[in-house]
Amino acid sequence: MHRVKLAEPDDFNGWREAARGLAVGGVAPADVTWQVGEAAVDLFGEDLPVPQSDAPAFSVSRAFVDLARKAVLHSDPERFALLYTLLVRLRDRPGAVDDKADPLVRKLEGFAREVRKDIHKMRAFLRFREIEEDGQGRYVAWFEPEHHILRYNAGFFLDRFASMHWSILTPDLSIHWDGETLAEGPGAAKGDAPAGDPIEEVWKTYYASIFNPARVKIGAMLKEMPKKYWKNMPETALVPGLIASAQARESGMIARARDEVGGNSAIAWDALRDEASACTRCPLHANATQTVFGEGPVDAPLMFVGEQPGDQEDLAGRPFVGPAGQLFDRALAAAGVDRTRTYVTNAVKHFKFEQRGKRRIHSKPGAGEIDACRWWVEQERLLIKPQVTVALGATAARSLLGRVVTIGKERGRAIALADGGTCWITVHPSYLLRLPDPAAAEVEFGRFVEDLRVAGAGVAGFEN
Amino acid sequence: MAQLDVQSKLAILADAAKYDASCASSGSVKRSSRDSKGVGSTDGGMGICHAYAPDGRCISLLKILLTNSCIFDCHYCINRKSSNVRRARFTAQEVVHLTLSFYKRNYIEGLFLSSGIIGSSNYTMEQMVEVARSLREDHDFRGYIHLKTIPDADPALVEQAGLYADRLSINVELPTVSGLKRLAPEKSAVRIEDAMKETKTSIIDATDARKKFKSAPRFAPAGQSTQMIVGADAATDGDIVLRASTLYDSFDLRRVYYSAFSPIPDASTVLPLQRPPLMREHRLYQSDWLMRFYGYTSKEVVAAADETTGMLPLDIDPKLAWALKHREIFPVDVNRAPRERLLRVPGLGVKAVTSILAARRWRRLHLADVARLTVSITKLRPFLIAEDWRPVALSDKAELRPVVAPKVKQLELFA
Repeated sequence: MHRVKLAEPDDFNGWREAARGLAVGGVAPADVTWQVGEAAVDLFGEDLPVPQSDAPAFSVSRAFVDLARKAVLHSDPERFALLYTLLVRLRDRPGAVDDKADPLVRKLEGFAREVRKDIHKMRAFLRFREIEEDGQGRYVAWFEPEHHILRYNAGFFLDRFASMHWSILTPDLSIHWDGETLAEGPGAAKGDAPAGDPIEEVWKTYYASIFNPARVKIGAMLKEMPKKYWKNMPETALVPGLIASAQARESGMIARARDEVGGNSAIAWDALRDEASACTRCPLHANATQTVFGEGPVDAPLMFVGEQPGDQEDLAGRPFVGPAGQLFDRALAAAGVDRTRTYVTNAVKHFKFEQRGKRRIHSKPGAGEIDACRWWVEQERLLIKPQVTVALGATAARSLLGRVVTIGKERGRAIALADGGTCWITVHPSYLLRLPDPAAAEVEFGRFVEDLRVAGAGVAGFEN
Repeated sequence: MAQLDVQSKLAILADAAKYDASCASSGSVKRSSRDSKGVGSTDGGMGICHAYAPDGRCISLLKILLTNSCIFDCHYCINRKSSNVRRARFTAQEVVHLTLSFYKRNYIEGLFLSSGIIGSSNYTMEQMVEVARSLREDHDFRGYIHLKTIPDADPALVEQAGLYADRLSINVELPTVSGLKRLAPEKSAVRIEDAMKETKTSIIDATDARKKFKSAPRFAPAGQSTQMIVGADAATDGDIVLRASTLYDSFDLRRVYYSAFSPIPDASTVLPLQRPPLMREHRLYQSDWLMRFYGYTSKEVVAAADETTGMLPLDIDPKLAWALKHREIFPVDVNRAPRERLLRVPGLGVKAVTSILAARRWRRLHLADVARLTVSITKLRPFLIAEDWRPVALSDKAELRPVVAPKVKQLELFA
C-alpha cells in the first residue's frame, strides 16, 4: 500500500507531484491511500516506496488539469483517489476526460461544479464589517464555505480590495491582508468576527426598498440564495417580514386605487379607445371596417357585453345600433333599465363575416379571437368597474368567465367575478330575432326582459 | 420640506428605482485594484449577484435614482409628475459615498444610477455624469457603473457618460408606439431610437479606435441595454418578440429586459391594476434566450405562439411549444445530429448539448448516458433517438403533450 501525505486539504501541487510519480510507476489506484496531514496510525501495514520506473512521463490535457484544480478543493475525502483513478486512465486514453457521459468523469465534474458554485457564492454572500484598528479601518468577514476554497478565493478579494486592510475568518483557516502581505492564521469562530456594522442598517433599508411586494417569487430567491447562507447575511433577517406584508401591500395598492377613482377616468377611456382603434391583436382587423369600442358613461354601474359588432355596427363604428341593438333597447325599456346609465360593449371588437356576393354574413368568433380581444374587455372593466356585468350570449360569457358556458345551465343566477362585481348570463338579442315561431319569440322576449330586470335590480341605487 | 437624512432618501429613491429590471454587472472588461490604488474590480465575464430579494430578483448593483422628482407624467411610472409619492433628491457626493461604503463591505458590484428629469434633460444628465466622474476620478473606483441616459440630453454628455460607465441604457418603455403614445405622451419613440443609435455609433467608434491605438478610451464596454413593460399595452407576445429582435439587430443591444407591469402606489387610472403577469414575463425571457443562445429566429419563436392570439402558451415553455408544432424534425439522433439540431430538443440546454458532442466522440450514447448529462430524461425521450432507444408513438400532439408538459401544480400562495 502506498500512502501519500498531503500538506493541506487544498494541496493541488502536492497531489500532482505524488500522482505523477505513482502513475508513471504504474501503481494501481487501489494500492494508494491519500491523507491530509498526519494520520494517527496506519491500519494497512507498512508504506511502500514509490517504485522507480523508466517509463516515460506522459502529459495530460489542459481540461484535466482545470478539472483537477477545482475538484481537489472539494470536501469529499475520496477526491484525491478519484482524480488519481482518472489520471491513470488518461495514460492509456489521453482524451478520456472529454467522455462526459462516463460516470467517473461525471462525478468529478460534479465536484468541480460544486466547488465553482461555492467559490462564486463566497464572492457574492461574504459580508465585511468594519472595525477601527490603529487609527484606520479593518474589514473583517466571517464565512463558512462548504469546500476548501478560501486560499483559492483570496486572489479575488485581493484584486478587489487591495487598498483596504481586511481579514476573512472561516472555521478551518483565516487570511489577513495588511496592504502588503497576505498572512494565514488558524481557523476561527463566529464570535471572533465583529458583531455588527452601522452601515448594515442602511443596507437593510436598501434591501427592503428595492423589493417589489407585487411580485413575490420565493422559489426564485431560494434557488439562488439557499437558506444555508442566510445566517451570515444581515439583510436576510428582513425576508420573513417582507413576505408576510407583501400581499397586504399589494392588495392595498390595488384597493386604494379602486376606491379613489382618479379624475382622469374619462381621459384614460379616450386613450384606451384610441389605442384600440389600431388593434391588430388578432387577424380580424384586416377585413373589418373599424374597431367598434364600447360606449357609455365611464362610471356606469351596469355593463353589458355582447358578442361582436354586426354589419351595421361595423359601418357605424358604434355598438348595438343594428336590428339586435334595437331589440335590446326595447327590452331594456321594458325592464325599466335606463340605457343612458349603462355601458355597452362587445366581447370581440371587430366584425367577423363571410362575404357572400354583396352581403356580409355574420360568422361566429372563435376561441382564439375571443381570447385575443379579452384584453380590451378587461381594460374596459378595470376603468368602468361596474357592480353588475351582463353577458349577452355564450361568446360574452366565455370572455368574462374564461371558460365555455352553457347558457341554459347558468342563466338566471349571480356569478362572482374574480376582479370584483357580479355577472349575470342571458341570451344574445339576435337569438330572439332568429326564432321563427312568433309565440315562442314572445315568450323568450319576456324571459330576456326579466333577466335584464333582475340584473338591473342587483345594482345598488339603480332605481327605475 | 424638512431635510431628509441619507437613509430616508435611500428608502425613497431605491423604492422608486425598483421597476427597472436590469441589475446585470456582467460583460464588461477585466479590471482590478491589485495596485492598491482605488478600490474595486470587474471580472470581465460573469457578474455577481450579492443578494436576492423575495421578488426573486438579483441584487447586484446599488440601483437608485438621483431624484424621483420628474417633469414628465408617464402613467405607468410611480415618479410621474401627478403622483403623490414622497420626493427626495441625493447630492452627487451622497451617492458616491453610499456606493463606496456598500462596495467596501462586499454588498454590491457597483452602481446603477437613473433619475427623474428635473430642470432640463441636460441638467439631469450632468448630475448623473458627475456622480460617475467623481467615482472614477476622485476615488479611482474600478467597480461596475451602469448609467441610464436621457434621450433628449446633449450627445456630448452621453459621450462623457460612456467614458465613465460600463453600460448605458435607455428604456423603450413600451413595445408598441401606440402604447407609448397612450401611457407616456411626452416621450417619443423616434427620439428614444435616435439616442440608442447614437450610443451604438459611439460604441463602434471607440472599439475601432482601440484597434488602432491601445490607449484610446473605452466607451461603455458592457454595451447598451433597454427595457420594455409587459402587460400595460395591447402588444401580444408575438409583437414583443419581433420588437425585441428588431432592437437587438438595429442597436447591437446586449440585453432587452421585460418587466411585467406591476401595480404601483398612487396609480393612474389608465393602467391595469392587476397582479403582474409574471409567467408571461418568464416565457418572454425564455424566448429571448432561444434567439440569443439557441439559434432561433424571431419568426420561429413567433411560430411557437398561438396563431390567432399571438400569445405564447403559459403552461409550457416556448421551446417545447415550437417542438410540438414541428414534429417533422423529431426524433433527433443524439449520436449523429449536428449541434443546431440538438439545440432544438426540448429539455436539452446548451451545456448538455456541448457535453453530448464531446462524449459521443468516445462512445455510442445510450439513453442512460444522455440521462447522466441532463435533468429529466422522461421529457426528452419522445424527441430523441439513442443507441438503445427509438420513440414509438410520436404521432399526434394530443398524446404527446400530456407526457412532456409540466404537471399542473397548485399555485403557491404568493406565486
